[in-house]
Amino acid sequence: MKRAGFTTRWLPILLLLPQLLIIAVFFYWPAVHAVQSSFFLQDPFGFGSSFVGLDNYRDLAGSGEYIKIARFTLLFTVLVTFFSLGLALLLAVKADNVIRGARSYRTLLMWVYAVAPPVAGFIGLLMFNQSWGPLTEMARAIGWDFKLGVNFNDTATAMVIVSVWKQVPVNFIFFLSGLQSIPKSVREAALIDNRSAVGRFWDVTFPLLAPTGFFLLIINITYALFDTFGIIDTLVKGEPGNNPMTLVYKVYVDGFRGNDLGGSSAQSVVLMVLVLALTVFQFRLIERRIHYT
Amino acid sequence: MAQISLQNLRKIYPNGFEAVQPTNFDIADGEFVVLVGPSGCGKSTLLRMVAGLEDITEGSLSINGRQVNNVDPADRDIAMVFQNYALYPHMTVRKNIGYGLKNRKTAPAEIEAKVQEAAKMLNLVEYLDRKPSQLSGGQRQRVAMGRAVVRDPALFLFDEPLSNLDAKLRHQMRIEIKSLQRRLGVTSIYVTHDQVEAMTMADRIIVLNGGQIEQIGTPAEIYHAPASTFVASFMGAPPMNLVEGRLDTGQVMIGDGIALGNAEGTGPVTVGIRPEDVELNDQGSLMFTVDLVEELGAHRLLHGRLAGQPFTVHVGKEVVVGAGDAAVNIKPDSIRLFDVETGAAR
Ligand SMILES: Nc1ncnc2c1ncn2[C@@H]1O[C@H](COP(=O)(O)OP(=O)(O)OP(=O)(O)O)[C@@H](O)[C@H]1O
Ligand SMILES: [Mg+2]
Repeated sequence: MKRAGFTTRWLPILLLLPQLLIIAVFFYWPAVHAVQSSFFLQDPFGFGSSFVGLDNYRDLAGSGEYIKIARFTLLFTVLVTFFSLGLALLLAVKADNVIRGARSYRTLLMWVYAVAPPVAGFIGLLMFNQSWGPLTEMARAIGWDFKLGVNFNDTATAMVIVSVWKQVPVNFIFFLSGLQSIPKSVREAALIDNRSAVGRFWDVTFPLLAPTGFFLLIINITYALFDTFGIIDTLVKGEPGNNPMTLVYKVYVDGFRGNDLGGSSAQSVVLMVLVLALTVFQFRLIERRIHYT
Repeated sequence: MAQISLQNLRKIYPNGFEAVQPTNFDIADGEFVVLVGPSGCGKSTLLRMVAGLEDITEGSLSINGRQVNNVDPADRDIAMVFQNYALYPHMTVRKNIGYGLKNRKTAPAEIEAKVQEAAKMLNLVEYLDRKPSQLSGGQRQRVAMGRAVVRDPALFLFDEPLSNLDAKLRHQMRIEIKSLQRRLGVTSIYVTHDQVEAMTMADRIIVLNGGQIEQIGTPAEIYHAPASTFVASFMGAPPMNLVEGRLDTGQVMIGDGIALGNAEGTGPVTVGIRPEDVELNDQGSLMFTVDLVEELGAHRLLHGRLAGQPFTVHVGKEVVVGAGDAAVNIKPDSIRLFDVETGAAR
């Protein structure tokens, strides 16, 4: 590959500066701040803070509630990731087989992509409305008295459904383009080698989609962990009460509702470490495997 | 081993384009048939219909007397070699070659034995554990061949398998494929737009043009007795010279009353003369004006004009000529006549 170079040293720095500045102001500075305040106990009225060392972390590890929320977050992430990827893959495979009217199907499936999380949450609220939500009525038809915001499991179900619904289009687009980048002749060769469509999918199509799938796996885990905040906040109408919540939502509730800045900072540091681990994992695996050509 | 029979096989694509007009031919057991024609003439479409990768619009296709129009590609007992090889990029060479066998419920030990045998035949033994991305173009081509050979199918289908190789490798693989086919005796259909491949490999050549068969015949028949001006100008490098002439008083005439030979009839006619059927001869009765000499080592091509019309003459390396006029003779009985309107041979 040819490397293009700048003739002056200052131009590249100047061009990078706005981006670096944004990262510094909105990421590094708050991150450093969070790490710092996680070692302090804030006065609830904002009059001062005292150094408490690792107490905030010890509290977290000892808190039954925190562990419970962590467990729920894990389950939530697994479910959202699994169903978002699974459904999207199914839809992509079907859409890829469609020849006539393919464009309109694809456009319809991609629309949800443009919906912002809180809007998705709001649509979820409407769909699960206690008295006239169509999904509530559907649940009732099979004898399930669905109570969003009241029953823990029902609320959790709604959160998973809305989060999956919001994420499927993104995955769909990636899977579809992944499918379409598999050379036609490779699939035709498989058609001659294997009469079973299911066999062909698992032996040829799926492995060739693996790079896309792995990339999406990381994206989806990150989405389920962090980006579902808006959906959750809308679905519980800002009133967590006994409703399920994820670790990120807990950071917000403790920090801004409970004014426990120290504890909340400790929680964000835990999440930062999680993201870091995910990123390292991703880079490692991408370097190692899943490159075919 | 198989005989293939195409009856009125026709392809109309969903957009209404008729890529293959109703086509009839039979292929004998063990025969090597080459489909040749210019780009877009429907060669691949025809081959893909035989493979089952493209629906047959009309007509009937039989392999060994069994109609297979609606049989899945995997159940037609065919193997195909694609232009870009279509290897499975995530599988090793061993798995690529063995994949078709695995899906046909062959025992693992038998698969391994057959893969080894195919690999030996194609000099691939040391590459069995590599992925396709770690192979050269020629090696990939061999793997694609291995994948076809290992299944011992009734019919080989090749769609321009050599067009991605350089000239030297192409020449070598041409010979290898042909001798492999001889040895295995598997009926084969080979698609190419390269007339040299067609001439050298085929038992029989089918020349296609615009979705229609122009001629079916052995390489010698196609070369010496082309059925139309299209075949005459497509087969042979350089192609047959085609000059405007007329029939008059039992003679073939070109230019201002230059007689080339005897033929019945009257009126205008297209006269075809192979470049190598013309000899330079001081006593020659025709005057050929050489404009350009193309040096090809073993021989030379003289491009110029005969009776005012573009003309090419093929001479041996020992014949030294420069630009200018030269007297030539046309070998007796080497003149082909074609209808001016239809282009068909007369
Ligand atoms: N899916 C399709 N829909 C409509 N027309 C098609 C389709 N596929 C091919 N064609 C047309 O059918 C004709 C024959 O195509 P085909 O691929 O058989 O040509 P070919 O002889 O193999 O040419 P080449 O030597 O370039 O491979 C072409 O004119 C092509 O444009
Ligand atoms: Mg083709």
